[in-house]
Amino acid sequence: MTDLISTVVAKYNYWIYITLMMIGLYAMIAKNNLVKKIVGMNIFQTAIILFYVSIGVKKGATIPILEHGHGPDVHHVVHAVDYINPLPHVLMLTAIVVGVATLGVALALAIRIYNNYNTLEENEILTQVREK
Amino acid sequence: MSEQYPALLVIVPLLSALVISVAGWVNKRLCFPIAVAALGVAAWSSVGLLFRVLDEGVIVYKLGGWSPPMGIAYYIDYLNGLVLPVVSIVALLNLISSKKIVEQQFPDKAGPFYTLYVLMVTGLLGIVVTGDAFNLYVLLEIASLTGYGLLAMGEERAPLATLNYLYMGTIGACFYLLGIGYLYIVTGSLNMVDIARLLPPLYQSKAVLAAFIICMVGVWLKMAFFPLHAWLPNAYTYANSASSGLIAPLMTKVMVYVMIRLILTVFTPKFVFNTLAVHDAVVWLAVIAIVMGAVLALKERNLKKMLTYIVVAEVGYMVGGAWLGNRAGLTGAVLHIVNDALMTLCVFLVVGNIVYKIKGYAFGDLKGLFAKMPFTMGAFVIGALSIIGVPPTCGFFSKWYLILGAIQAHQYGFMVALLFSSLINVVLFFRVFEIGFYEPFSDHEGHEHHPAVMAEAPLTMLVPLYVVAISLILVGLYTGDIVNHIVQFVIPKGFM
Repeated sequence: MTDLISTVVAKYNYWIYITLMMIGLYAMIAKNNLVKKIVGMNIFQTAIILFYVSIGVKKGATIPILEHGHGPDVHHVVHAVDYINPLPHVLMLTAIVVGVATLGVALALAIRIYNNYNTLEENEILTQVREK
Repeated sequence: MSEQYPALLVIVPLLSALVISVAGWVNKRLCFPIAVAALGVAAWSSVGLLFRVLDEGVIVYKLGGWSPPMGIAYYIDYLNGLVLPVVSIVALLNLISSKKIVEQQFPDKAGPFYTLYVLMVTGLLGIVVTGDAFNLYVLLEIASLTGYGLLAMGEERAPLATLNYLYMGTIGACFYLLGIGYLYIVTGSLNMVDIARLLPPLYQSKAVLAAFIICMVGVWLKMAFFPLHAWLPNAYTYANSASSGLIAPLMTKVMVYVMIRLILTVFTPKFVFNTLAVHDAVVWLAVIAIVMGAVLALKERNLKKMLTYIVVAEVGYMVGGAWLGNRAGLTGAVLHIVNDALMTLCVFLVVGNIVYKIKGYAFGDLKGLFAKMPFTMGAFVIGALSIIGVPPTCGFFSKWYLILGAIQAHQYGFMVALLFSSLINVVLFFRVFEIGFYEPFSDHEGHEHHPAVMAEAPLTMLVPLYVVAISLILVGLYTGDIVNHIVQFVIPKGFM
């Protein structure tokens, strides 16, 4: 039992991202309202962003900006160990943009669907589709 | 100039997408020529690149002069050297054919349509040309997002079908991104060649295993591999024919390319076929995909939806071929990417012509079509024979290699599935021929006309169709040259 707890606590970032991902997936599968499904999709994407951001973290390190990095009298040596890894964060800027774009397209489609069927509940839409 | 082909391939369509969206505000008639010019440059560069690869071997293009693994590099080898011209030429031909469809169906949306079209081709070409795993994700999302926009322009049910595709597509792309994340944790690199160099000591690691499985599931979702195919038929059926003519031939094929790239370059066949050894199970999944695709196609009473299920079955061919784990199977899978892109384009262009003239694609609308549209249906016969796999059309030769691979790998289930699906395709297409040839033409009110008046699609739609139909036969006749000069170098040495 203590083993289990210590594994969970030591790698809590992975557990949180998996939990978030499953919440998102649950919403996409189980919810009936299209906007709720879209929100679930967004949670799913955000979980992966959290995963990437958390793998760049390093204990006791600081943000990757050089102190007194410029100027004529810069002599100190830069230790990479002192800084967190900025690359996953930079990658996630792109992923956030992708997430926003996907959300935008999905909501635009939801508006088109609402104009066609006057509802956003999936079962009501499907009955209307079958009746035609 | 020719050193810059890899960059031109992506940058010219990207920038012209911006130009088209501006031109759409000024004068809508400007959009189409700009799009043709942009894709023409892309097609020219991709063919030029293929000839350079044939001369010099693998080309490495460092974007902005930053050398990998820090910068992003484009790698062009025999595999994507072959796929690039196919993607750009298929996109160009369908673009020419789409002019009349756009004028007929949504003339006021010409600007947005051509912008999305060219952007989507940018994404597809970028996926094929890039050598960076994360860059591939970004371009994949560019291609997907524009694809959702294009597919939603269609019938009343199109937005709902597209939204379902969007859910599945987003999960697929997210899975791919997650898999790349695991690879980044263990190797610290995003460059495909660099990852492949760093991976061998880590083959036993659970993180690499997780990365591989998650990436594969993501890619399978995007290519509609059988149990994950549910989004495809509706999304492609209800879209307008100009969009489905671009997306149906290319999106699934480009994802199959990504799968083969991951197997060959990133994870290497040694890991996939020796360390992991799950390929028998995947080939059986492909068998189920082929059989189910064929059976579901048989159920449809609607030409376009029937064709979408054939696409699902064809994905099974390529996945199965790639996972047979031998030279013949992989050759068949790579050849089938080329052939299936052309075959699918051919039949979807035919559907485009039929919808343009008849305004319908249910079996009931096809009566007397051979008399009404003889040229369109002539090309349809060539496309259908190629999908069935009748020599000398190209479909026969890739299927030949796939069956050869199945026998060498002792995967007789896969061989039987290929033959079964060919037989079902015979039934499917001859049923359409029968309706088109023997049943008299009737209009929507039920009045029968004897004899039917010929009303062919315009020349801008027939010329691309015939270019594709003739290329189906030419690619078939030159299969030997394609295999000897290109495909055999795709497969790494020492791979049996």
